[in-house]
Amino acid sequence: MTEIIKVSRRNFLKTGVVLGGGLMLGVYLPGRNAALAAAAGKTEAFVPNAFIHIRTDELVTIFVNKSEMGQGVYTSLPMLIAEELEVDWTKIKVEPAPVDPAYNHTMYGPIMVTGGSTSVRSEWERLRTAGAMARAMLVTAAAERWQADPKTCRAVEGHIIHQDGKRRLSYGQLADAAAQLKPPTEISLKSPKDFKILGVNRDRLDIPDKTNGKAIFGIDVSVPDMLAAVVSRPPVFGATLKSFDDTEAKKIPGVKAVISIDRGIAVVADGFWNANRGRDALEVVWDEGPLAGLDSEKQGVEYAEMAKKPGMIAAQRGDVETAMSKAAKKIEAVYELPYLAHAPMEPLNCVAHVRPDGCDIWTGSQMQTTDRDKAAAITGLPPEQVRLHNTLLGCGFGRRAAADSHFVSEAVQISQKMKAPVKAYWTREDDIKGGYYRPRSYHLISAGLGDDGMPIAWRHRIVSQSIIKGTPFEEGLTHNGIDETSVEGAFDSPYEIPDFLVDYHMAPAGVPVLWWRSVGHSFTAYVKECFIDELARAAGKDPYQYRRQLLAEHPRERGVLDLVAEKAGWSGKIPDGRGRGIAVHASFGSYIAQVAEVSVTKEGSIRVHKVTCAIDCGRTVNPDTIEAQMESGIAFGLSAAFYGNITFKKGRVYQSNFDDYEVLRIDAMPEVAVHIVTSEEPPGGVGEPGVPPIAPAVANGVMSLTGVPLRRLPLTRERVKKTLQAA
Amino acid sequence: MITLDVNGKSLQVDASPDEPLLWVIREKLGLTGTKFGCGMSLCGACTVLVDGVATRSCVTDLSEVEGKKIVTIDGLPEDHPVMAAWIEDQVPQCGYCHSGQIISAIALLKEIPNPTDADIDEAMSGNICRCGTYQRIRRAIHRAAKTMATARGGQS
Repeated sequence: MTEIIKVSRRNFLKTGVVLGGGLMLGVYLPGRNAALAAAAGKTEAFVPNAFIHIRTDELVTIFVNKSEMGQGVYTSLPMLIAEELEVDWTKIKVEPAPVDPAYNHTMYGPIMVTGGSTSVRSEWERLRTAGAMARAMLVTAAAERWQADPKTCRAVEGHIIHQDGKRRLSYGQLADAAAQLKPPTEISLKSPKDFKILGVNRDRLDIPDKTNGKAIFGIDVSVPDMLAAVVSRPPVFGATLKSFDDTEAKKIPGVKAVISIDRGIAVVADGFWNANRGRDALEVVWDEGPLAGLDSEKQGVEYAEMAKKPGMIAAQRGDVETAMSKAAKKIEAVYELPYLAHAPMEPLNCVAHVRPDGCDIWTGSQMQTTDRDKAAAITGLPPEQVRLHNTLLGCGFGRRAAADSHFVSEAVQISQKMKAPVKAYWTREDDIKGGYYRPRSYHLISAGLGDDGMPIAWRHRIVSQSIIKGTPFEEGLTHNGIDETSVEGAFDSPYEIPDFLVDYHMAPAGVPVLWWRSVGHSFTAYVKECFIDELARAAGKDPYQYRRQLLAEHPRERGVLDLVAEKAGWSGKIPDGRGRGIAVHASFGSYIAQVAEVSVTKEGSIRVHKVTCAIDCGRTVNPDTIEAQMESGIAFGLSAAFYGNITFKKGRVYQSNFDDYEVLRIDAMPEVAVHIVTSEEPPGGVGEPGVPPIAPAVANGVMSLTGVPLRRLPLTRERVKKTLQAA
Repeated sequence: MITLDVNGKSLQVDASPDEPLLWVIREKLGLTGTKFGCGMSLCGACTVLVDGVATRSCVTDLSEVEGKKIVTIDGLPEDHPVMAAWIEDQVPQCGYCHSGQIISAIALLKEIPNPTDADIDEAMSGNICRCGTYQRIRRAIHRAAKTMATARGGQS
């Protein structure tokens, strides 16, 4: 059976003829596309919609509207098109899409966004439709040429072939004719049983250039007469400028100017090194403002105080108080997780060139429309005259999806004042100290167990800052006054517990917070999955079976639990001194269970030897990418489990670089085995869901050896040692 | 003016002798394959070969490398067995750190042609990958070691 899609003519698939190449949807694509335009020469190209551009010389350009930050969209999204287009894969070239409404996110409103592990999910239908539309028009063009019934023509590897097999025309040969056709109003999509591309491993298109140094990230962009800048930002969040003395800074050779912008003082020079030396020589006096006394320990006490009172209700079933009073056993715990920096490998950067007639921006962005509009607002230019050229992203993790566009805004302001193209650099210290952290959270959690040891009541109170409050996303992502990203993974816990309450206190704003790979799930999963293990332990039951029993009505969670238990040999022997921990968590449309095999020394040093991961993400596109994303999520989650910790003293962030903000290195990377569930469900996300289960799986593994729960992250050696000694 | 030998070419550079090699390579020579990650020799993204030794260019003053042979990722042959292994095992994700990873791996294989996982972990622990491609890095280094041994006529 094939799927019939009605093609909406409004603001979806625009068609048009491109003469001379490069002009498309009224948007000029300069830079990397100049070569494409030149190569196209005077030939016509077939542009059935905003995503596909087929030239008479057979080159098929696919415009990808999602940012490539390692998750593989420059391959997986073209695969969605290729499945329907029946194109010769070797003729495909990927270009980042320009900012245009045609590329807006199908789920997140009228902007371009890469986030929420939605790229495949949100484009699953649109891109297959785009490919099918192009194929249908090529078939029609060939049939008209041959005066044949279109039903007797089929598309194979970049050609339309007539049923007699004698007549064939390539897509390039048909491009001119297809460009004259009106697009079809109804399109049929393949039945999944006929998929040849989707669900089969395919080498990533971006990998060769990522091994030979040719891949261009934002930081690699260079334009003629470009200056370099670094910004001196306040040492305390919310501080304001009192005065600055640039006498010494200006003495540094190569320093061109020292200018004041909204977020600090920019030192502009002929290159990074001199700009940075200039900044070191700058004397700035700040009015430190209300957060001058911010102290992590005191903040912890404040959060604990807030947690004593009921919060806003995020989810409620039954009557928790009454159920608690009937419980045979009650357990209460406090869990705490810290602020975390994203620490993308490529420090933030942006090249801006503001001119009276327009503005060009080169950066790796996860929110191109927002960044483009911010530049338009700063320069007073109409948005159409601001061109954002999205480059490859040296990691994203959410850090490059900034609702306030701060890193683009800084570069635009500096270029505007300098009347020259400027590359604004962030150093690693700027990045670690620069805010936009995963919020810190405090959790007061309790459960009542029935006579059979199973939970009859569950109460979870969360205190954290809101990521969404004060952003353009507030309206869409806030329900009953609660920012959903603060409670996700907790208020929608699948465990079938009759009396259930999750409430929330919004902690005072001030420290800039942002979505950090897996967002709220990054902390709620730790609490939910560690605490359920605590309950199993209190009940004297096996933690896998305990979860299984509580998930009778949740076949997909149960499915991955059963698979991971089987593959990890859960009930089998384990080497002496090693323990296994398990966790299951659903997020971003996918279901994941992980088993960590761990050991721990008396000194508190934890080692993760092996991780088994089972994922049910519905239909798959590129299975090897799913495996890679699970490996990646596990490594990212282990960094947070062992090391990640942003703390404040006298208003200042204590950490500064990879020496005191450590991340996972190869010598601590466990062996990871990934098992993908075969599923006919719609696709789920894969970029983020691998992160949440790993930290609780590790902590649960340690508890299986020591009997001691680990309720505070990170699991530093000193903390683990102390916790074990105190127990 | 300082004379540098980069990727087999002799180049005149107008820069201060205390400027780190990284910024000269990237901004003055336009060789952007070598990356900036931390500026403190903590992450390995800026690794280049100096007389065959893996060197963190972000903390190496220009004056230290005058007259020495510098090789960056941009100067390696496209069919280098380490790069080929990186593609075969589909190692990179975001890709940012891999110039440094590959250079470090080449230096390791020169030192230890047939490394164990422990050798790899030790030699590569100075190179951070935030995407966590470590398992594939191990795999690719073993693969490259085999290819290189075969090329040498089976000696290892």
